[in-house]
Parts: sequence; C-alpha cells; structure tokens
Amino acid sequence: MTRELPPGLQRNRTDLRSPRSFDHVGRDAGSEGLVTGTVLADLADADERIVAACADLKYVTRMSLFEVRHPDRFFQFGIAERNMLTAAAGMASCGLIPYVATFACFSGILGYEAIRTDHAYPNLPVRVIATHAGIGMGFFGTSHHATEDISALRAVAGLTILSPPDPAGTESLLRSTVELPGPIYFRLGRGRDRRVYDAPPERYGPGSPPRVVVEGSDVLVVSTGTMVGECAEAARRLAAENGVSPTVLDVHTLKPFDAEAVAEHAARHRVVVAVEEHNIEGGLGTLVCEAVAEAGAAVPVRKHGLRDEFALIGPPTHLYSYYGLDPGGIATVVRRAADESPGPLWTDDDRKQVLDAYAARA
Amino acid sequence: MLYDGFMASGKAAELGRKCVEMRLRNLEMVDVAGSGHYGPAFSVVEILVSLYYDFLRVRPEEPEWPERDRFVLSKGHAVSALYPVLADLGYFDGSVLDTFTRLGSSLGDHPDMKKVPGIDFSSGSLGHGLSIGAGMAEALRLQGRDSRVVVLVGDGELDEGQIWEAAGYAAHRGLGSLLAIVDANRVSVDGGVDEVLALEPLDRKWEAFGWCTERVDGHDLDALLAAYARFDDRRRGSEGRPTALIADTVAGRGVEFIEGMAEWHVGYFHGEDRERAEASIRAMYALDGEAG
Repeated sequence: MTRELPPGLQRNRTDLRSPRSFDHVGRDAGSEGLVTGTVLADLADADERIVAACADLKYVTRMSLFEVRHPDRFFQFGIAERNMLTAAAGMASCGLIPYVATFACFSGILGYEAIRTDHAYPNLPVRVIATHAGIGMGFFGTSHHATEDISALRAVAGLTILSPPDPAGTESLLRSTVELPGPIYFRLGRGRDRRVYDAPPERYGPGSPPRVVVEGSDVLVVSTGTMVGECAEAARRLAAENGVSPTVLDVHTLKPFDAEAVAEHAARHRVVVAVEEHNIEGGLGTLVCEAVAEAGAAVPVRKHGLRDEFALIGPPTHLYSYYGLDPGGIATVVRRAADESPGPLWTDDDRKQVLDAYAARA
Repeated sequence: MLYDGFMASGKAAELGRKCVEMRLRNLEMVDVAGSGHYGPAFSVVEILVSLYYDFLRVRPEEPEWPERDRFVLSKGHAVSALYPVLADLGYFDGSVLDTFTRLGSSLGDHPDMKKVPGIDFSSGSLGHGLSIGAGMAEALRLQGRDSRVVVLVGDGELDEGQIWEAAGYAAHRGLGSLLAIVDANRVSVDGGVDEVLALEPLDRKWEAFGWCTERVDGHDLDALLAAYARFDDRRRGSEGRPTALIADTVAGRGVEFIEGMAEWHVGYFHGEDRERAEASIRAMYALDGEAG
C-alpha cells in the first residue's frame, strides 16, 4: 500500500530537466538513451526467437518497452538474477534468443559464473544487457558500480563483449548481432550518454575495426562505451586550443579485441591514452598495452580510469569530474600525456580540487 | 538366467536387469578412470533407467529432435550412471565408454552438451539445473511444444540458493510440464546431508514453494513409473503446478559395503574390493528379494 502524503507534498519532486536533479536515478526517468527495449521489440516483430527478461528492473533498464509490445515474450524473474541468467541459457538451448537485462553489477559481476558456465561454455546465444556499467549508479555506491566487469569477463572464452557509446551505437550492435551463435555481454551506460553517432553506424561490431570518431595526429585516445563521447568532446576542445591534436578511437568491441588495428593506430601517434570507466587493472588500458607490446610498437601507453580502487559516493556527474572522466578532466590528461608528464596523469590534487569545488557550491 | 524369478512385473524385471547392467558398466568405466562418483551415481540408476527406458520421449537416432522431452542432470557428478544408458540406447557407440575421463575424451566426469549426443545441457556446478529446466519449459511452452522437462537434482544440491529461486519461479509461472526429481540419498561430500546442512522437511519445503510434491522409494521401479504417470496426468490436466518427486535413495546402492557412506562420494575399487563390488551388484535384486 502506498503511504498517504501530507497535503501539499508532491510524490515526485524531481525535475528531470533541472541541472540540480540531473543525477536522479530511478524508474526510467532520464534514461532515454537506453534504447534496447525498443530496438529489440522492433526486431522481435519479425523474429519470433527473440525474447526478453528482467529481474525486477524493467523500468530502469527500459525493457518495459519490450514487454508492452510483446507481453508473451517477456519474462519477469523477480530479484533472482542467477535464476534469470541460467534460465536464459535453458531457453537458448531450445532455440530462443534471450536478451536479459539488469545492471552490470548484477550481471557481469553477480552473474559471472552463469555467463561463464551456462552461456559461454555451451556457446549459447544468450545476450546480457548490462546497464549502468562503471560508476553510472553514482551515490548508490560500490555495490551498484561495475568497474571490474571488463577484466573479469575478457577471460571468458568465446564471450563477445560489446561496448557502444550511445543509442545509435547500441542500435547498430543489437541489429547486427542477432545471428551471432555465441553469447554476448552488452556493456551499456545509464542512457544519458553524450551522442557520438547521428545514425546507427555501419561496419560496426565484431569483425569491424575500432572506429575513428575524431581525426588527429599526435595523441591517440582509445576509449569505449560512455567515455567515447566524453573523449570526443575533450578532443574538440583541445583542437580548438590549437595545442594538441588527438585522434579518438571508439572500441565498440572489447572482445574479440582488434589488437592489430589498435596497434597500427598507436604506431602512427606519439603517445596513447586509454580512457575507461573501469579499473585500469585488466580493462581497456591493459588490452591496449598488450596490443602495443605484442606488435612491438615503440609508443608509450598511459592508462586513465579508476586506479585499483572503489569509487567514492556521489552523483554520477560529480564522480566523473572527480576521477577526471569528463571532457575537462580528459583534456587535462591528454594534454599532460602529450607533454610526457611522469606519474599519474590525473593526480590526487586534481581530485581534491574537484571535491573542494563541489563542497564550496553546496 | 541370473535374474529370472524374482521380479514381480515383466516391465520392472526388464528394467531391473538394465539397472544391474548399467552399474556393472559404470564399474568398468571407473576402472579406466581410476576414480569415480560411485555413491551419487549408484543412487540414481533406477531413476535414470526408468526415465530413459519407459518415460522420456526421445530419439537417440535424432538427438536434437525439437519435440523431444528434455532431461537435465543437474547433479552432473552422477553422469557415469547416465553415459552407459545413452550408449545402450544408441546415442553413441559403446566403445566410447572406455575413453571415460581420458585425455581428449568426450566423456568427462561431468556432462558436456557440446560433446555428448543425448546430453541436453552441460552441468557440474550445482544449483543450476532447475533454472535451466525452468527456462526450457518456458521456451517449449512458448513454442507450443508438448515436451516435458525433467531435472534430476541431488539433495545436498538443495543447499544452493539458486534452486529455490528457480523453484519459486517455476511455481509462479505455472510450469506444469516441469518435473524435478530429488535424489534424496542423504549424503554429500563432507558427511550426511542432515549433518552438513539440515534439509528436512523436504516435501513441505517444495509444497510451500507451490509445487505438487510426492515422495517415493527411488529404487522401486514400479513406484517411480507410477509417479511419472501421475505427473503426466496432472500435466495433461493443465493443473499448472510443477511436480517435485522426492526419491528416497541410498548412496552407492548395489555395492553393499559402501551403501550410505559419504566417504564413497568419490572412490576407486581395486583388487578384492572390485570383485566384491561386482558380486554385490550382480546379486542386489535377488538379495533384497525386491520386485524392483
């Protein structure tokens, strides 16, 4: 039963458009960029193998939009992710193509064994839609963050890991991978990502090389997921300053990782910066280091992200500033990389300044 | 004719013979492996034989037949009891059994659906099979198929929380074509099930989760077949409740000197023990004077 509120009090006082409440996390409010439910419902119109499932998060993952159009093909599992992830494998073994959605923390991390043992080992076409990856859950805290899923899942043989930067990228990857025989982990943000593509890009996804989203000459910025848009914006700001000219790469497919293409790009630049909303141990930066080392390219690689730590609590946008993962922070990091600064490119002092600035504003 | 004369019904007599044969074949496989799950494999022989020779609608010559019933051996460590059955039915050549656990073999100590014809799902990590079965039952219902889904779980396996996630789900979704058989052999690896982590009252737990629950002697072939038939009647009657069949069994059943012993979860008979084991299996139905 819903509690009666005193007269004059509104139930939901959050104005989704106001900057102060922009970081509100709840229901599907503000997550218009999570297009998965809609794209899948379109695909399901013509393909009866496609089904979807949620574990009590259908609104916030926006899979409710699938349910509305295909109620008989939507499965509500309740707060039981293990059962959902494993049952999806049972469905796939009978010929369905299940798309199961929940936060990345409750799939890539909680469901690691199911993804490894029930999806990848039998090579079944189960698709995990892992939303709010990285630190997008903000002040919900470490239990709700997922800054280890890339490093953990990249070790799962046969798994495909896709990491689109925005709705158009997500749509492209969803559409082009329906027939992929094995399992896929879609690492998505919270649906408020900076737009990178105007329309679903072509030649995108497994088998296609990382895409250049900003052409530059001296620093190669390699990024994935929501950070691509932030890096592109940072690159534009830097180019406008006439100082550094970064190239920005969108690694839409983390696994299988196109190491050769990344190494080729790296060899054409002076320094490489890998930017990720993830622990720098074992994530994108590590993949780039491996690629460059394997190719024997003589170019330094700098890793930027979470430095083997759990993130602070805070509204997501504040956290991105704090960790130097917004355009301002990334621009600073890239500039320092170009200057060959030793030590961390985003320092404890930088973090403290952000913290103090927000404290002063409050 | 060693077994003639002590079986009540013709069908149970025939199946009882199979049960002896499968146990003996299992012994031979473990001879090759040098280590085997005798205890948990021998407790499910009657269950597997009654399912495969008298209940499941499958086509060994067409293992992927979409309309087939599905069987999930959630307690995958008992698969050495299942391989001889699959070979006997013609899913693969009997000579493959002699490669059990050897380098590069398709037959591991836990089943792999990608390598073994007739295995509907890979298993080994306990607690997954009921979720797999629930997913299969959902898919088959959505596809309009008449297939039944049988999942065999161990009693110790019920310690795994995911089993109860799946139990709640299957009842909530009215998956009446789902039959969970609990091999209640009362032992797990470290000791007796009730000593390790108490499970009773098992039947009331399943009932409370919304399952139609029955309890039978898991070595009584007639009782097992009758229980499958009742499940099928309910399924056709569209009652919409899944069935839990708690089969009371004895770990290591057939080899007198290991029966009920947790120490024999994994082991290896050699020398005199091997001979005694074989003699015990050959005599088991006669010794009990049971009709199977």
